Amino acid sequence: MKRYSVFAVAREALRWHTGWERAWRSPQPKSRYDVVVIGAGGHGLATAYYLGKNFGITNVAVIEKGWLGGGNTGRNTTIIRSNYLQDPSAAIYDKALQLYEGLSQDLNYNVMFSPRGLLMLAQTHHEVRGYKRTVHANLLQGVATEWIEPAKVKELVPIINIDGPRYPVLGALYQARGGTARHDAVAWGYARACSAMGMDIIQQCEVTGIRTANGAVQGIDTARGAIDCGKLAIVVAGHSSVLAGMAGFRLPIESMALQALVSEPIKPCMDVVVMANTVHGYMSQSDKGEMVIGGGTDGFNNYTQRGSWQHVEETVRALIETFPMISRLKMLRQWGGIVDMTGDRSPILSATPVGNIFVNCGWGTGGFKAIPGSGWAMAELVAKGTPGPLAAEFGLNRFREGRFIDESVAAGVAH
Amino acid sequence: MLILTCPHCGVTAEETELALGGEAHLKRYGPGDSDEQFEAYMFARKNPKGVHFERWRHAYGCGKWFIAARCTVTLEVFGTYPAQTARPPADLLAAIRAKRPSADLSDWDAATPEDAQ
Repeated sequence: MKRYSVFAVAREALRWHTGWERAWRSPQPKSRYDVVVIGAGGHGLATAYYLGKNFGITNVAVIEKGWLGGGNTGRNTTIIRSNYLQDPSAAIYDKALQLYEGLSQDLNYNVMFSPRGLLMLAQTHHEVRGYKRTVHANLLQGVATEWIEPAKVKELVPIINIDGPRYPVLGALYQARGGTARHDAVAWGYARACSAMGMDIIQQCEVTGIRTANGAVQGIDTARGAIDCGKLAIVVAGHSSVLAGMAGFRLPIESMALQALVSEPIKPCMDVVVMANTVHGYMSQSDKGEMVIGGGTDGFNNYTQRGSWQHVEETVRALIETFPMISRLKMLRQWGGIVDMTGDRSPILSATPVGNIFVNCGWGTGGFKAIPGSGWAMAELVAKGTPGPLAAEFGLNRFREGRFIDESVAAGVAH
Repeated sequence: MLILTCPHCGVTAEETELALGGEAHLKRYGPGDSDEQFEAYMFARKNPKGVHFERWRHAYGCGKWFIAARCTVTLEVFGTYPAQTARPPADLLAAIRAKRPSADLSDWDAATPEDAQ
C-alpha cells in the first residue's frame, strides 16, 4: 500500500495522477481462512482490522452481500458521542471515541472526524434530572460532559428556539468531544488498511449457509462457492437473525427500519450536533451544507430499507418547533436502514451456542459511533475466544441471567 | 403506510391507528420453568425475513387485539385474525403457502394440542 501524504499528492500532480492505486484489492475467495467475518460494514471491517493489528491474525476474509459500507454504515447520521449512563456502555463508546480521535492517522485515511461538540437537549423536567444524572455518571466514568443552561445552549446554537410553547429548551447535556465523521470514509479507510495487511475483502458475495459439525463451525456457503474457516464472526446488523438462523440459534433481536433525511445545502448555520430525544429528532449540518436529520425507528419488523412517511413527518414536525428557520427548507433525499434492536437496546458481542461462531450485533440505532471500539472489542473476543473487559458485559447470557444494560431509559430513542 | 383490517370491527386501519404487540403465538412459561424457557419466551425472536405473524392492537379504534400475517420483505399483508386463536386459520396458511412456497411455516405443519380442544 502506498501511503497517502502531501508528498504523494505532489508526486502524482507531477505525473498527471497516473500512479494512484486502488484502495483495496478485489480478490477471488480462497478455500480456507483462519477467520471469516461476514459483513463488510464499519463493524465488520474494524473487527478484521484489529484482528490483524492487535493480534497478528491476517488470514482473514471479510464477506459482503452487497457493496462495502452500503448497509447501515452508509445510511446513518454520522453522530459520534460517548455520554452514556451505564458503565459498560460508556466504556466501549468512549473507547470508540478515543480511537476516532486518532483514526485518520492510524489508518492513513482521512475519515474527516469533526469533534464539533454535541448537545442533547432537555425539554422536559424528567429529562433535566436524567441528563444531570448522566453528567454525574460520566464524571465517575472519566468521560468529560457537562450540564449547560438554556442561555449557553442559545449561545452554541443561535438558530435554536429555546422558548417553544410545547417543548421549551430547559438545558442540555453537552459533550465537547462529540461530533461527526465521514461515514463512507470510515469503511473505506478500514477496508484499505485490511487489504494492505493481506486480508481479502469479497463483495457481491451473499452467504447462503453456515456449515457446522460436532457443534462447531466448519465453513460457509456463499454465492461464490464454499469457504472453510477456523472462526466465524457474524457482524451484519439488521440481518443478524437470518445468519443466526443458518447456524441454528435465535437472537434477542428484531429488525426495524430507521429513516434519515437531508435538506438542500445551505450556508453554515449550526456547527454542533443537536439531539432532541423528547421529540425524536436530531440534526447536524454536513460539510456540504445539508442539514442531516434523523428520528426514531418505524417500530415494526421490516427488512425493506424503507420506512413509513408519517415517521418522517413526526421527526420534521418536532424539529420545526425547535429550529423554526428550517420550516421552508426543501428535503433532498430520504432513506432507511435496517437496525437490529435488542431487548435492552444495548449491543451484543458474544460467543454463541455454536463453537467458534461469534456475533457482534444489536447496535440498533447507534452503531456508527461505536465502530472502532466495537471492532477493537470484537477482535479480542474472536482472537482469544473469551471477551475482554470491553465486551464482557455484552454477552448473550445477560438475557438469560437478567443482567440488562438498560440504556434506553437514559438515552431516549436517539441512541 | 401499513394498512391492516381489524378482524373484530372490520375497519381498515392505518398503522397510526394501531399499536404493535410483537411476535404472535409465543409459548408462555410460568413459575417452575427453566431460565432457558423464560429467555426464549421473553427475548429470543424469529425475526424472519419473510412471513411474520405478529400481534397488533386496534388502539385508536375498537381496542381489540388481533394477529396479522405479513411479509417483512415486501410488506404484503396476507391476512388478519382475532388474537383469541391458538394457530393461524387453515385457509390463511394455505394462501401463504401458495404465494410463498419457500416460507418456513413448519410450526404449523402438525396439529397442536390446542387444535384438539
